[in-house]
Amino acid sequence: MGTMLRVEDLHVYYGSIHAIKGVSFEVNEGEIVTLIGANGAGKSTTLNTVGGLLKARSGKISFMEKDLHGIGADKVVAQGMALCPEGRRVFQHMTVLENLEMGAYTRPSSEVADSLEKVYQLFPRLKERYRQVAGTLSGGEQQMLAMGRALMSKPKLMMLDEPSMGLAPILVKQIFSIIEDMNKQGTTILLVEQNAQMALSVANRAYVLETGRITTSGDAKELAESEEIKKAYLGG
Amino acid sequence: MLANLINGISLGSVYAIIALGYTMVYGIAKMLNFAHGDVIMVGGYVAFCSISYLGWPPILAVLASVVVCTILGIVIEGLAYKPLRNATSLAVLITAIGVSYFLQNAALLIWTSNTKVFPNVFANLPAIQLGGTQIAPVTVITVLANIVIMIALTLFTSRTKMGKAMRAVSEDKGAATLMGINVNRTISMTFAIGSGLAAIAGVLLCSAYPTLMPTTGAMPGIKAFTAAVFGGIGSIPGAMLGGVLLGVIEIFGKAYVSTQLSDAIVFAVLIIVLLVKPTGLLGHKIREKV
Ligand SMILES: Nc1ncnc2c1ncn2[C@@H]1O[C@H](COP(=O)(O)OP(=O)(O)OP(=O)(O)O)[C@@H](O)[C@H]1O
Ligand SMILES: [Mg+2]
Repeated sequence: MGTMLRVEDLHVYYGSIHAIKGVSFEVNEGEIVTLIGANGAGKSTTLNTVGGLLKARSGKISFMEKDLHGIGADKVVAQGMALCPEGRRVFQHMTVLENLEMGAYTRPSSEVADSLEKVYQLFPRLKERYRQVAGTLSGGEQQMLAMGRALMSKPKLMMLDEPSMGLAPILVKQIFSIIEDMNKQGTTILLVEQNAQMALSVANRAYVLETGRITTSGDAKELAESEEIKKAYLGG
Repeated sequence: MLANLINGISLGSVYAIIALGYTMVYGIAKMLNFAHGDVIMVGGYVAFCSISYLGWPPILAVLASVVVCTILGIVIEGLAYKPLRNATSLAVLITAIGVSYFLQNAALLIWTSNTKVFPNVFANLPAIQLGGTQIAPVTVITVLANIVIMIALTLFTSRTKMGKAMRAVSEDKGAATLMGINVNRTISMTFAIGSGLAAIAGVLLCSAYPTLMPTTGAMPGIKAFTAAVFGGIGSIPGAMLGGVLLGVIEIFGKAYVSTQLSDAIVFAVLIIVLLVKPTGLLGHKIREKV
């Protein structure tokens, strides 16, 4: 199992605010890795920087042994990295189908139908509503659409930023089981979550982020048992 | 009455074609490209030179005009607006006004301030009789051009990959980037299309009102901007509707109220519409869920 994503000594600033202060981590092929931490710890900032939406001040990000420095965010997608961003960010005025088509933007049109079928299998709800304008979908449906859309690029690595945000418990369970399914089908997952308990239960490994630094890391099951983590993130 | 209506629709069609450029650029780059009207003027001059100096046939002249304006649009965007992608909208607005003055003054240098008389491009086409009213060929062609452009653009944005990518970029640049869409290239493409349309509008405008000077594009530019807001900025059918209505109101105002006041009437209608419906006639804003 090779290393799929390697982040080394990452520093990210918002103007003069030093948001990420030397973060290093890695994601191996086939894993589910989770990044947990309190509000404002820098989880989204980290993912968005890896995905190319933000620029790092310094540090190195390599994906599939390739340095991503200077590679446009739009090019990274074609190499097999997908980010399902915080807040879903589906295209509100476009239909479900059009959103999914945009997800497959970098792929030859001959392969789109095939991927569409796979996404519809994971999310039958999207198939029922393929002509509906995304802005009128419920929050849960929008989350499914955002995940389906990211899958349309056939990513090797899928990064998910708080997929459970604002969803009812039953839907959270469903979303997490889909994440496990995607992983079983061969997609490596980097998961950012507020819901640390759920995240740790599906993940192989975890990193804990505190105000821009990684403070703890290790096996997800062990972390879930650790007293410190329980106190801080699992509500006792 | 009928003649006025037809003239209004024709003038409105020119506004609509210009407004499409405004609305597409606004939709995608969230900026008001006040130099858009001056691209019309450049388009008019290029066609004028091709016909009067080079003796080219009108079709070729229109083509030349479209090509030059398309390139001009891409260059303006790349040199003036792209470096300001993350700047405040005020900075962008001031830059757009600067580009507008630059184009007008460049035209002044190249073509001087002497008014050029635009040749009658459609001279060999017959006029059409409709219930005792004569309709000039330029009128018919303008309206037809507007309809064709409108349909083509609608199909482009709803059916093609590039067109859908444009809509995606106009909604959320970050999310569009995550799809692998090259946002800068898409914006550049939008300017290209808008400016190409401005060239066509320029030729049509100069054919209907055959005087050409460096400030020719300014007033139609502002009117078309008004039309875009009137119809709902960002909306393609809105630009069409706003443009045509504006043209009709203007011509009727001239015919039945007062020539001097016709522009005031146009803007008064705009203000009333915006008071009642701030997003314009067809502008939409659907509820966003987070
Ligand atoms: N656009 C911005 N401008 C300035 N500061 C920002 C910006 N975005 C985030 N920050 C700051 O950077 C820090 C990290 O934010 P980030 O969004 O990465 O946190 P997070 O771990 O994802 O939190 P949450 O769980 O609430 O989503 C926070 O202190 C935040 O205030
Ligand atoms: Mg976050």
